[in-house]
Amino acid sequence: MDIPYIPHTLKDQQQMLAEIGVKSIEELITVPEEIRLSSPLKLPSAISEMELTREVKKLSSQNASTEEYTSFPGGGIYDHFIPAVVEHLASRSELYTAYTPYQAEASQGTLQAIYEYQTLICNLFQMDVSNASMYDGASSLAEAALMAHRLRKGEKILVAKTLHPEYYQVLYTYTKPSGIKLIQIPYTSEGTCDLTWLEEKMDEKVTGVIIQNPNFFGYLEHNSEIEKIVHKFGSLYIVSSDPISLGLLSSPGEYNADIAVAEGQPLGSPSCLGGECLGIFTTRKEFLRKMPGRIVGETEDKEGKRGFVLILQTREQHIRREGATSNICTNQSLNALKACIYLSCIGEEGLKKIALLCLKNSHYLKEKIEGLPGYSSPFSAPFFKEFVIKTPISPEKINQKLLEAKILGGLDLGRFYPELKNHFLLCATEKRTEKELDKLISLLGEINE
Amino acid sequence: MSEALIFEKSKPGRKAVSLPAIDLGEEEIKKFIPSHYLRKTGLGLPQVSEPDLVRHFTRLSQKNMSIDTNFYPLGSCTMKYNPKINETLANLPHLCQLHPYQPLSTIQGILHILYETSRMLEEISGMDKVSLQPAAGAHGELTSMLMIRACFEDKKEKRDKILIPDSAHGTNPASSSLAGFKVVKIKSNPEGEVDLNSLSKNMNEEVACIMLTVPNTLGLFERNILDIAEIVHSKGGFVYLDGANLNALMGITKPGDFGADIMHFNLHKTFSTPHGGGGPGSGPVGVREKLVPYLPLPTIEKKEDTYYLNYQRPKSIGKVRSFYGNVKVVIKAYCYLRILGKEGLREVSENAILSANYIRKKLEDCYPSPYKGVCMHECVLSGESKREKGVRTLDIAKRLLDFGIHPPTIYFPLIVEEALMIEPCETESKETLDTFINALLQIAKEIEENSSLVREAPHNTPVLRVDEVKANRNPRVKWQRDK
Repeated sequence: MDIPYIPHTLKDQQQMLAEIGVKSIEELITVPEEIRLSSPLKLPSAISEMELTREVKKLSSQNASTEEYTSFPGGGIYDHFIPAVVEHLASRSELYTAYTPYQAEASQGTLQAIYEYQTLICNLFQMDVSNASMYDGASSLAEAALMAHRLRKGEKILVAKTLHPEYYQVLYTYTKPSGIKLIQIPYTSEGTCDLTWLEEKMDEKVTGVIIQNPNFFGYLEHNSEIEKIVHKFGSLYIVSSDPISLGLLSSPGEYNADIAVAEGQPLGSPSCLGGECLGIFTTRKEFLRKMPGRIVGETEDKEGKRGFVLILQTREQHIRREGATSNICTNQSLNALKACIYLSCIGEEGLKKIALLCLKNSHYLKEKIEGLPGYSSPFSAPFFKEFVIKTPISPEKINQKLLEAKILGGLDLGRFYPELKNHFLLCATEKRTEKELDKLISLLGEINE
Repeated sequence: MSEALIFEKSKPGRKAVSLPAIDLGEEEIKKFIPSHYLRKTGLGLPQVSEPDLVRHFTRLSQKNMSIDTNFYPLGSCTMKYNPKINETLANLPHLCQLHPYQPLSTIQGILHILYETSRMLEEISGMDKVSLQPAAGAHGELTSMLMIRACFEDKKEKRDKILIPDSAHGTNPASSSLAGFKVVKIKSNPEGEVDLNSLSKNMNEEVACIMLTVPNTLGLFERNILDIAEIVHSKGGFVYLDGANLNALMGITKPGDFGADIMHFNLHKTFSTPHGGGGPGSGPVGVREKLVPYLPLPTIEKKEDTYYLNYQRPKSIGKVRSFYGNVKVVIKAYCYLRILGKEGLREVSENAILSANYIRKKLEDCYPSPYKGVCMHECVLSGESKREKGVRTLDIAKRLLDFGIHPPTIYFPLIVEEALMIEPCETESKETLDTFINALLQIAKEIEENSSLVREAPHNTPVLRVDEVKANRNPRVKWQRDK
């Protein structure tokens, strides 16, 4: 026995077996003989921590990380700055090795942090209530659509074509069994939703309207106008937003959204190939009891001291079973904690500053690139940190050349929008320096055929 | 001592991080963005200093029980030790600073890890192909139910029912319902296993699958598993395995060998990745050959020595989340599997079984359960015999907190009154198990001698018993100034 994670010695095992009254562990295995394995699993043999470290480091060196490469792709996962305290505090193992806080008295740390997270998110989005997290922005949006369907028994949901295409795919997968019809709202030459089309297609059978703001292309939707159209028919206005943009831009609460969701990765979680997500979910107070996911509430202990506890659990799967508002159990609590620490750290002034840096960098980049021969800007709406550029040759070829200069280029939009072949989506966050921006501009200038 | 909320520590002018300067005036901003798009009001974020911030969250951490500080024997949750090397390696910059849309040639190393993890899970489970897309166990269940639905739609068979034993986790019926199925409950027999008569009576051509947890939530291996699979398969249904309890089976038997057609894994249970205070987890799904076409997009494939993402799978149910799953969690599971290897996994399961039986044996006379006998990796006891003293299982759980022990899962499975569901895990020493056993024996004694001590517990936690009724009656879900 050579496993550092198993404390039982041979003697411990013998003592325990004697107490149980059997001679071997074999006697405790109640698996029928005919289905027991007769030979060991065909897996690699155990290796030591040193060997594992060597192996994983070697594998990791085959990746081009944004630590070494300058990153310009966006499209839902962003290279934002993460202050050192975030990872440091989130690495407190009292927090990350705890379970879901079902036993309130033993989980006040996690519960208070989630309560603070809910407050921070409500304030930032200017929405009444937030849950404790969903898996990611896409599944959070899908759950929003299902919740809207529970609230308004309509037939269809109108979805902006400028919504992240992967979010649309997840939405489709989730809503298919319920029979909800999804209809896509086309976009105009501004790069935003076609309001005339929307006005024509709206009727009482529309459960909800889903938009993304800033949209997948980076542009700002006409949120107030859309709100008026949606609410005229009693439909629900569902918005997916970028939390960093809210340091500068009007919030979903300000433009009267009914459900606002977001991908929370930009709030303190690393990109990790899109594998460190956080589904933000907020809504109006009156829909609190229809909301999916866990919710923490403030209360008192029996001596009147402030305490926190999971509330409204009768909505959840472990109590309501097939009648639950969602099947979600394990969520992204640690990423919500990171968002809580991040927002507390960055603070009121910091988030404004970060939003302005994104604004400045992206506008500098766009102005310079659209001035290069062969490059142009197809859409005219205002944007925040991402924008679309029409390229003289395929983005794939451009990105290949950029890669040689240790730059990760834009996202090839032809991948999701056939009509946007030879267009890419660029993003410049607060992390990009003037030197990095100029280097990209100068390289693009050299690549025009 | 209570810890003030971060908002209550805020003072204008304080900051916890320094950022680069920016000179962008109102007019310039408006040049980029017309003013009606701009935010009208403040953000409502606190303004605290870095030392205050650090102390705040460090203090909060001290108000938690956790695996690293306490025994945490939550049944069906597999709260095993989370190895530190997993954390260190998963945080390597070249693994966690990667954009999901960067060229495949620049992410071959991480795709190797993801691909090999899938292959190892296939071997452990006897499944033909594994997808790492689902973000958690319940997400894996939903993904699986959608695949089963797609398969029957493909075959033009109308099946809208799912059979679920009454001992099942709540996520099983919730996931089935979300996937558009009706749930039919199957009774357990007096031994705590699936009642074959109830199963035969309910199994027909309208049933898409049975969702089984093996070992079940009583910690018992379904001895009739082959008969169960035969009954379901003979009517054209699938056997779905809820992999929550896989920690009992590794290297001993494979779900694929006892009739499972499709299953999910919980990497945050069996494969040692931390629970994070409620996530992130990872809930990969594995399937036998005939369900492979329906796996979610994309799958990770290998051609010669190159890994790629395959989206060309016309029968797939589509995407269940953005990008490629909870990648960071998968890296940790990969590290665990490599450290344990083929020799270690069986030892994990054997020691988990040994520890659960040791606890069962030592406590079953004091906390007798209606289901007796040898268990697998967890045991279910009952506090029912304490009710005559006015003590509920909830009180026993709260009293355990005073002993510095996180209580087991309580009131589950639903088929046991006053249930205490105990899963000790292989990573706890005999000394820890003995401390736990002695604590529960001591509590039994207290119930006899001074039951109010137990009924009023806990006594030395950061807060005393919290008022849940009040919290639910008038929900306060965010902090507001001047309430």
